[in-house]
Amino acid sequence: MEKFTQLSALAAPLMRPNIDTDAIIPVKRLIGYQRHELGAFALEPYRFRADGSENPDFVLNQPRYRGAKILVTAENFGCGSSRESAVWALMAYGFRCVIAPGFGDIFTNNAFQNGLLLIRLPREEVDRIAEELGGAPSPAMAIDLQSCTITTPAGRQLEFQIDGERRQALLEGRDEIAMTLLRDADIAAFQSHDRVARPWIYQTVPAA
Amino acid sequence: MAAQAQPRTLFDKIWASHVVAELSGGVSLLAIDRHLMHDLEAGAIIKRIADRGLRPHNPELTFGVPDHAVATDPRRRANSTPNSERLLREMKEGSDAFGITYFDLDTEGQGIVHVIGPELGLSQPGMTIVCADSHTCTHGGLGALSFGIGATEVAHVLATQTLRQTRPKTMRVNFNGKVAAGVTAKDLILATIGKIGTGAGRGHAVEYAGDAIRAMSIDERLTVCNLSIELGAKIGMIAPDDTTFEFLAGRRYAPQGDMFERALGCWRGLPTDEGARFDVEHSIDVDTVAPQVTWGTSPQDVIAVDSRIPDPSRESDPQRRKAMEAALAYMGLAPGAAIEGTPIDWVFIGSCTNGRLSDIREAARIVAGRKIAPNVRAWVVPGSEATQRAAEREGLDKVFLSAGFEWRKSGCSMCAGVNGDIIAPGQRSVSTTNRNFVGRQGPNARTHLASPAMAAAAALSGCIADARKIG
Ligand code: SF4
Repeated sequence: MEKFTQLSALAAPLMRPNIDTDAIIPVKRLIGYQRHELGAFALEPYRFRADGSENPDFVLNQPRYRGAKILVTAENFGCGSSRESAVWALMAYGFRCVIAPGFGDIFTNNAFQNGLLLIRLPREEVDRIAEELGGAPSPAMAIDLQSCTITTPAGRQLEFQIDGERRQALLEGRDEIAMTLLRDADIAAFQSHDRVARPWIYQTVPAA
Repeated sequence: MAAQAQPRTLFDKIWASHVVAELSGGVSLLAIDRHLMHDLEAGAIIKRIADRGLRPHNPELTFGVPDHAVATDPRRRANSTPNSERLLREMKEGSDAFGITYFDLDTEGQGIVHVIGPELGLSQPGMTIVCADSHTCTHGGLGALSFGIGATEVAHVLATQTLRQTRPKTMRVNFNGKVAAGVTAKDLILATIGKIGTGAGRGHAVEYAGDAIRAMSIDERLTVCNLSIELGAKIGMIAPDDTTFEFLAGRRYAPQGDMFERALGCWRGLPTDEGARFDVEHSIDVDTVAPQVTWGTSPQDVIAVDSRIPDPSRESDPQRRKAMEAALAYMGLAPGAAIEGTPIDWVFIGSCTNGRLSDIREAARIVAGRKIAPNVRAWVVPGSEATQRAAEREGLDKVFLSAGFEWRKSGCSMCAGVNGDIIAPGQRSVSTTNRNFVGRQGPNARTHLASPAMAAAAALSGCIADARKIG
């Protein structure tokens, strides 16, 4: 997992609520592609028209937002199906951070496990950043995960909240499996106690 | 007298009994009792674990089944499509190498992962159950704490038999009153989503309670819990009771004999205590719920079949208005029109929402002795091999076939269209599935979610129809 400490980058406002994971990566792209190839299909239903050509009206296709690494979006981003490839597609496209008033639960877990920073801000604040992006000569902003601050396109400083463990994992770029395996003694102790308390859980040979 | 213990919810009890360690930042390391794998991700993740030099921590607690990618035509084989050939081969090889039970095609055991878990008795009250699929909330119908996870979490479960989780808030939805004739579990949960919205459950573990829930069969409870994720909640659950215990007794992977009695002692202590607190409570008056059908591209875009398609111009929130306009344009529907009578092209009966034996029986009751409309294609895809065989023993396949339906092999099929079973662009379906998202059943396919009875009625009528007028 790549470390995340600071990011100064272009940001794109995609102010549509409830963008679900089917829209982030259509199910037909889940098979036959490597993770790093999925960027070509990120937000495919919006980015491309039915004939496969780019939709010039879509925000990510507008020249000023090309190369954006930050996505600013509306409520409930990443709702729907649990596919982790939604996160891979966004990251392969180039996004490192998504800012929204709220995110789908499973999407949130997937994002942090892959090093995609999600920042929750109140709806009015997100709307204001989107407006600033639209008005700025260059729609750029900065995020500092050390200090948990955002510098908006208009130069305002905002603080954001993030779970401590998730922040640490991003800052250190560390993998959770390795961390948990350090606790294998705890897991073994739990299971040996549980095998006595609930033996049926572990007896998984089917009845004849 | 000993101090009274704090009253606890079903969720609290299961969560607390699975905490292996408390980590920083409010994250708990939770023990996982059952891990279910399906064909889309299993092979690749097993390989990832093996490539790191790791082995599964408890292979006996993981079970795999092919469902998403498999073909559903009656003569299907593992290699019926190039995708399923590769995915099933990799999954089977990986499962064998890791000592994981794999339920192969054409055996009783194969089926949609959320149908076979309960059916085999793998899913039990009080368990933590995970699977790389958002509809894992289904198993909560048996009183389990079950939720969907991502591929990285799957690797974590395989390697450690635990997961790192932040404790969600709790919500209870109380279904009060008596369900009217012709109204199903699917209608109740769709109406609930329509009322409180697809974001209402976000960050919450939802418990469904009330007389209407207690009166439901396990199949119906599974349907209710299945749509929890459409309410925004990863977790949906229903307290276990005698209905649950009777359902489980004698199932292949349920505890047997004395062990069943011991488990029962534990299960009976699970229901939410009197006076336990929930962070949020909602009430639904079930008396007034009529059969539901969706009109838009989110499950919350739902109305009673005898009502009119909503008019975005009367919506005050501008964001919502835009979303409604976009949904109506995609669906090719006019605001203010009656939804009943809208011509359709397809009917799909199946999925982990409504592909169980009772669903197939409900549809068959309406279809029996009738014919589907001439321009409609209609499929029944049983949720599992065992469901299919049981339905065939009752002669239900004949009922559907002689009405003009296709009777197919079990799998996810047209619910997500991953296996190539899709609806042509612009065509309209009534589907017993759980998602009417843009493109879910194929590019530009128009999906109306409804119950099996409503889907059967639509197939006969050639249009969206009120099952109560036919059945
Ligand atoms: S039937 Fe549909 S919702 Fe259920 S697991 Fe399969 S694809 Fe997912």
